[in-house]
Amino acid sequence: MTLLVAHGLRKAFGGVEAVVDVGFAVAPGEVVALIGPNGAGKSTCFNMLNGQLAPDGGTIRLGGENIAGRPPRAIARLGVGRTFQITATFASMRVRENVQAALQSFAGKSYGLWRSADTLYRDEALALLARVGMEDQAERPCGTLAYGDLKRVELAVALAGRPRLLLMDEPTAGMAPVERLALMALTASLARREQIGVLFTEHDMDTVFAHADRILVLDRGRLIAEGSPDAVRNDPTVRRVYLGAGTMYGEQA
Amino acid sequence: MDRRHVLKIGGAAAAALAAPRAMAQAREPIRIGELNSYKVFAAFLEPYKKGMDLAVDEVNAAGGALGRPIEIVVRDDNGQPGDAVRLAEELLTRERVSMLMGTFASHVGLAVSSFAKERKVPFLASEPLSDKIVWEQGNRYTFRLRASTYMQTAMLVPDAVRVAKRRWAIVYPNYEYGQSATAAFKKLMLARQPNIEFVAEQAPPLGRIEAGPVAAALQAARPEAIFSSLFGPDLSRFVREGTTRGLFRNVEVFNLLAGEPEYLDPLLDEAPVGWYVTGYPWQDIKTPEHDRFLAAYQTKFRDYPRLGSVVGYAAVIGAAEAIRKAGSLEPEKIVDAMKGLAHSTPFGRIVYRTLDHQSTMGAYVGRIGLRNGKGVMTDWRYADGADYLPPDAEVRSLRPPE
Amino acid sequence: MSDLFADILIQFLNGLAGASSLFLVAAGLSLIFGVTRIVNFAHGALFMLGLYLAWSLIDLFGRSTLLGFWGGVLAAALCVGAIGVVIEIVVLRRIYKAPELFQLLATFALVLIIKDAVLFFWGAEELLGPRAPGLRGAVEIFGRRFPEYDLLLIAAGPLVLGLLWLLLHRTRYGIFVRAATQDREMLAALGTDERRLFTSVFFLGAFLAGLGGALQIPREPAQLSLDLAVISDAFVVVVVGGMGSIGGAFLAALLIAQAKALCIALGDVSMFGTVVSFSKLTLVVEFAIMAAVLVLRPWGLLGKPLALARGAGASAAPLDPPGPLFWPASFVVLVLLALAPLGGDRYLLVLMGDIAVFALFAVSLHFLMGPGGLVSFGHAAYFGLGSYAAALVFLRLDLPAEAALLAAPLAGGAAALLFGWFCVRLSGVYLAMLTLAFAQIAWSVVFQWNDATGGSNGLIGLWPAGALKDRTLYFWATLVLCAGGIFFLWRTVHAPFGLALRAARDQPMRAEAVGIDTRRVQWVAFALSGAFAGLAGGLFAFAKGSISPDTLGVARSVDGLAMVLLGGVQTLTGPVLGAAVFTWLQDEIARNTEYWRAILGFAILALVLAFPHGLGGALKRLRGAA
Repeated sequence: MTLLVAHGLRKAFGGVEAVVDVGFAVAPGEVVALIGPNGAGKSTCFNMLNGQLAPDGGTIRLGGENIAGRPPRAIARLGVGRTFQITATFASMRVRENVQAALQSFAGKSYGLWRSADTLYRDEALALLARVGMEDQAERPCGTLAYGDLKRVELAVALAGRPRLLLMDEPTAGMAPVERLALMALTASLARREQIGVLFTEHDMDTVFAHADRILVLDRGRLIAEGSPDAVRNDPTVRRVYLGAGTMYGEQA
Repeated sequence: MDRRHVLKIGGAAAAALAAPRAMAQAREPIRIGELNSYKVFAAFLEPYKKGMDLAVDEVNAAGGALGRPIEIVVRDDNGQPGDAVRLAEELLTRERVSMLMGTFASHVGLAVSSFAKERKVPFLASEPLSDKIVWEQGNRYTFRLRASTYMQTAMLVPDAVRVAKRRWAIVYPNYEYGQSATAAFKKLMLARQPNIEFVAEQAPPLGRIEAGPVAAALQAARPEAIFSSLFGPDLSRFVREGTTRGLFRNVEVFNLLAGEPEYLDPLLDEAPVGWYVTGYPWQDIKTPEHDRFLAAYQTKFRDYPRLGSVVGYAAVIGAAEAIRKAGSLEPEKIVDAMKGLAHSTPFGRIVYRTLDHQSTMGAYVGRIGLRNGKGVMTDWRYADGADYLPPDAEVRSLRPPE
Repeated sequence: MSDLFADILIQFLNGLAGASSLFLVAAGLSLIFGVTRIVNFAHGALFMLGLYLAWSLIDLFGRSTLLGFWGGVLAAALCVGAIGVVIEIVVLRRIYKAPELFQLLATFALVLIIKDAVLFFWGAEELLGPRAPGLRGAVEIFGRRFPEYDLLLIAAGPLVLGLLWLLLHRTRYGIFVRAATQDREMLAALGTDERRLFTSVFFLGAFLAGLGGALQIPREPAQLSLDLAVISDAFVVVVVGGMGSIGGAFLAALLIAQAKALCIALGDVSMFGTVVSFSKLTLVVEFAIMAAVLVLRPWGLLGKPLALARGAGASAAPLDPPGPLFWPASFVVLVLLALAPLGGDRYLLVLMGDIAVFALFAVSLHFLMGPGGLVSFGHAAYFGLGSYAAALVFLRLDLPAEAALLAAPLAGGAAALLFGWFCVRLSGVYLAMLTLAFAQIAWSVVFQWNDATGGSNGLIGLWPAGALKDRTLYFWATLVLCAGGIFFLWRTVHAPFGLALRAARDQPMRAEAVGIDTRRVQWVAFALSGAFAGLAGGLFAFAKGSISPDTLGVARSVDGLAMVLLGGVQTLTGPVLGAAVFTWLQDEIARNTEYWRAILGFAILALVLAFPHGLGGALKRLRGAA
C-alpha cells in the first residue's frame, strides 16, 4: 500500500515549464530523497505537494485522496507534516509553546478563547520534544536557540499532527556535518519505527546516500532517474547531469 | 477609607490631583467656568479671551457681583465634545463654578447644553450658531448670546430679494452651520421670490475646499447671484480663486460672516468689494457703548477688537448681570434671572428672550469695500436680532416642552 | 456643446493642478518611507512649516519682486530640509532599532511640537500669502479664465518627478537610495554609510515637503490645521501609488485629484428621483479610492510586496502567563479603584471613568497590534460605531441604557467583521491604511447622514435613567465592564486562540502548515477587538451624554495608537498604563498651560527616547533587573 502517489504533475511559470509530467510514489516508513541541480524543479515539486502551489495538471493522491490544489492547512490536517528550508518557528514563543500551538491546532482547539493554553497538551508537547531530544530546552524562547536545535524543534512541530507523511525541504541546510547526520538518523529512525513516509530534498549528497531508501532525480523539470542509492549513483544520465554541478558521492577522494 | 490612600493606589493618574485645596475665604471670587476650543479656532478665540479679560476688569472695578469679585476659569475643550463634558464636570466639582459659558463649534455647544440640562446648571452658550441650541434641542438651562445661523441668514435676505436675481448658486461648508444656513436661505427666499432658481450647489468639506474646481463648477452654472456661508481659510481660497477666474464679475455675492474682522482682515487688499455680508465694522461704529468699549479695549491690549472680542466681552457681562439679578448663586435662580435678562453691550442693549433663551444681539449688515488697502464694511446698518426671528408661535412649536 | 467641453477641460486642468500639489507632498513621504521605513507622521507639519516660512521669507525678500518671491519659496524649502536633518539626527537616529511603530509615535510628538511652535511664532490668524509676481492673472482657455499660476503648478509636478527620476536612476547616490528601498543587504554590500544616507534622504524628503508647502503660497492661506489635513492626503497618495514608488505616487495623485475635480464638476445630480450631491463626496472620495485600490491591489498601484514585518511583535519576548499573584493583585487594584468615589471627588470619578474606557479601547487595539501583529490606524471606527449603536437604540428604540449598551459591542464587532474580512488579506502599512480608509468611510457616513446620526452635530441627551443615572453607580458599571473586557482579552491572549494568533503573526507559513487558518484567526481577532472597542464606545456615550462624529474620527484612532505605543506593544499591561498616563497627562497639562500640545509632544518624545520599549517594557526590565 503506497502512501503518496504523484502522477503527471505539471507546473509552468509564465510559459517556462518548471515541472513536466513528474510522477512518483512514497510508501509508509520509506525515506525518499528528491535531488537535482539548482533550478531542476525540486522546490516547485515540493510546493505542489504541500499546497503552496496549485499544479497546472496531474494528481497527488494521499492514501487514495487527491490533494492537488488544496491549501497547505488542509493538507496538513490530512497528515502531512512539514519542515522549511529556512527554519520557521514561532520566534516569540517558548519551545514547548511551539509544539503546543501545533497540537492545539490539530486538535481543533485553536478557537478556544478562555481556557489557558499553557497547560493544554503540555505533557504531549514535552513527550514530542523528548523524541527529538529537546526536552531540556523546552522552556527556552525559540528566538534564542542555536540553528541545529531550531531544526529539531521544527521536526517536533511537524510530528505534532501525527503525520503519515513528512515533507522536509533541505532539512539539514546550514548545519554542521555531525549535526546533519544526527538529525537525519533521528528522522529515519522515527520514520521506520512509526511507519511515516519521508520525502526530503537535499543538496548534501553524503546525507542523501547515507539515509535515503530511494532517490528521485529531477533535471529541468523532468524526472530523469529513480531507484536505490546504488542504482542512482551508477546511472549514466545522472552522472552526466551532475558533471557540471559537482561530483557524485563516492567519486571524491 | 482614607482618600489619600486610595489615590496613592489609584496610580499616577490620581496622584497629582491630591493637592490640598485652598480654604474658602470670605471674599472668595464667584467663579464662572468657560469652555472653548482655543487652539482649534484660535483666530476667533484669542480676541474672545481678551474681551473676557476686559469685561472681568470692568465688572470687578464696579464691585463685582453679590459683593464678590468674579473670576473666569478657562478650559480648552480641544474641539471635542467628550473633553468638553469632562472639563465641564471638572469646573463644577473641582473649581466649584456657579455657571458655565463658552463653546464655539455647534456640536460641542450642544453636548455641553445637554450636560447642563442633566446637571441642572446654567450654561451661556456664547458663540455656537446652531439654531438647534435654542430651538429643537433647547432646554431650561441653556441660553445663547450670538445671533444664530437663521438670524444672520435672515438679515441678508432683504438685500438678496432687492437685487432681484433669478439664478442663484450656493456654496457652503459641509456641516450643520452651512447646511442650516442654506436651508434657511432657500426657505426664506422661496417665500419672498417664488420664481427663484437654485442652479448649483457646492458643499466642500470644512477647511478643505478645493477652491479652483468649486469656482469652476459654479461658473459653469452661470449664476446671477451666489449665496455663500464659507468662512476662514475656505473663504480666502474661494475669494482668490473666484476673483482670478472672474467668477464674481457681474454676479452679486452674499456671504454670511465675511464682514467679521477675523475673516475679512486676512484678505488684505483682495477683499471682494461689493459683497453683501454680515460682520462687525469696528472702525466706523459711533455709539456711546461702542466708543467706550473700543477705547478701553485699545488701551488695554494695544490692538483693535475683533468680533470675538465683543462676544467674549458680552458673555461675561451677561453672566455677571444674571448673577446680580438672581441675587444668589443658586442655579435655578440664575436660570430664572437669565430669562428676560436685559443688559448693555457694545452693540447696544440686548435681551435674553424668555420664549427661547435666544439673545437679541444683532449683527451688522453691509457691503465690503476697500480702505487703505484693507477690507472694510460700507453702507452698513445694525440689524437688531429681535427683528429677524420667526414668529413666536413657530418658535414655540420648535422647542421641546420643559 | 462647446460650452460643456470647455467646462470639462477646465475641470481637467484643475485636476492636474491639484495632482501636482498632492504629488509634491507625497513624493517626499514616499522617499523617506522607502529608504528608512519610517512612516513620517510629521510630513504634513513640515509642509505647513514650508508654507509659513515662505510667507515670512517672501515678506522679507520683497513680496512683489520675482527674486523675492521665488527666492523666498526656495529658501523656505531649504530651511524645512535643514529642519528635517535636525529631526533625523536628534530624534529618529536614536530609535531606528526600536519597534517599527515607535518611530510613528515619535513623529506624532513632532507634529504636536511643530504646531505649537508655529502658533508661537506666527500666531493664530490665517495668513494669506502674496500672488506670484508675473503670474497674478489668468489666461483665457475657450472663454474660461484659468489661473496662470495653476499652469505653472501643472508643470511643476512632472518636472519634480523627472528630476527625481534622474537623481535615482542616473547618479551614484540614486543607486544607494534604490538599494536601500529594495534590498537592504545589497546596501550593506555596497559599503555605504547608512547614517549619512538616511540623513540625506531625510533632507530631501523634508525639502520636498517644504517646497510643496511653499509653492502653495499663492493658493492657500497659511493656517494651523494644514498639518493633519495634508498628512492624511499624502498618506493616501503614497499608499494608493505603492509605498516607496515615486511614479506610483504621481499616478495616485493624478487619480485622486481628477476624481475630486470630477465630483465637484458633477455637483448635484438627479438620479432615480433623488438628488445626489457629488460635491459632498469630496469628503471621502480619496479614502474610497484607497479602499478600492487596496482591495484589488494589495500593494498599491505600482508598489512591490515589501518584506515588512506586520507588527512589532515578530521578535517579541515570550508572553508568559501571569504569575500566581497577578490576578489577585489586579483584583485588589480594581477594588481600590472602585472605592475612589467614596472620597467624594466627582471629577476624579469622571476622569477615572474616562481612563477605564480608554484603557479598554487601548487593550482592544493592542490585542490586534501586539499578539495579532495587525496594526489598525482606524480603530476609532469600532469605538464610534459602538457608541452610535448604543445611542440610537437608547434614543430611537427608547430602551434603557443597560439594554442599549448591548448594542455597542455587537455593532463594533459587526463592523470589524466586515472591515476585517478585507484587511486580513493585506499586511503591514497597507493593512493599517485600509483600516484607516474604512474608518474614514464610516466617519463620513455618520457625518453626512443627518436623519439617522444627527450629522455633524451628533446625538445628545444620552443620559441613562434608572440605576445608572447615579454617576457613582455608572462609574462602577464602567469599571466592571472595562475590567471584565480587559480580563477577557488578556485571557484570550493566553488561551489557545492567543497562541494561534501569535503563531500567525510570527510565521504565517508555519502556522498554515500546522493547520491554522491564519486569515480566519486574524479575522476573528478583528471581530473580538472591534466588539470590545465598541463596548468602550458605548460606555463613553453614556458617560458624556452626547456623541458626535469625532467619536470615530482619526484623532481618536491616533490617541489609541499613542496610548498603546506609550505603554509598550510587548507587554499586556502596557496599554492600560499608556491609557492612564496619556489621558491624565492630557487632562493635567491642558489645564495648566496654553502650550499643552508642545509639552505633551516633548513628554512623549522624552518617553520614547528614554524607554524605546514603552512604559510597560521599561517596568518589566526594571523588575527583571531587581
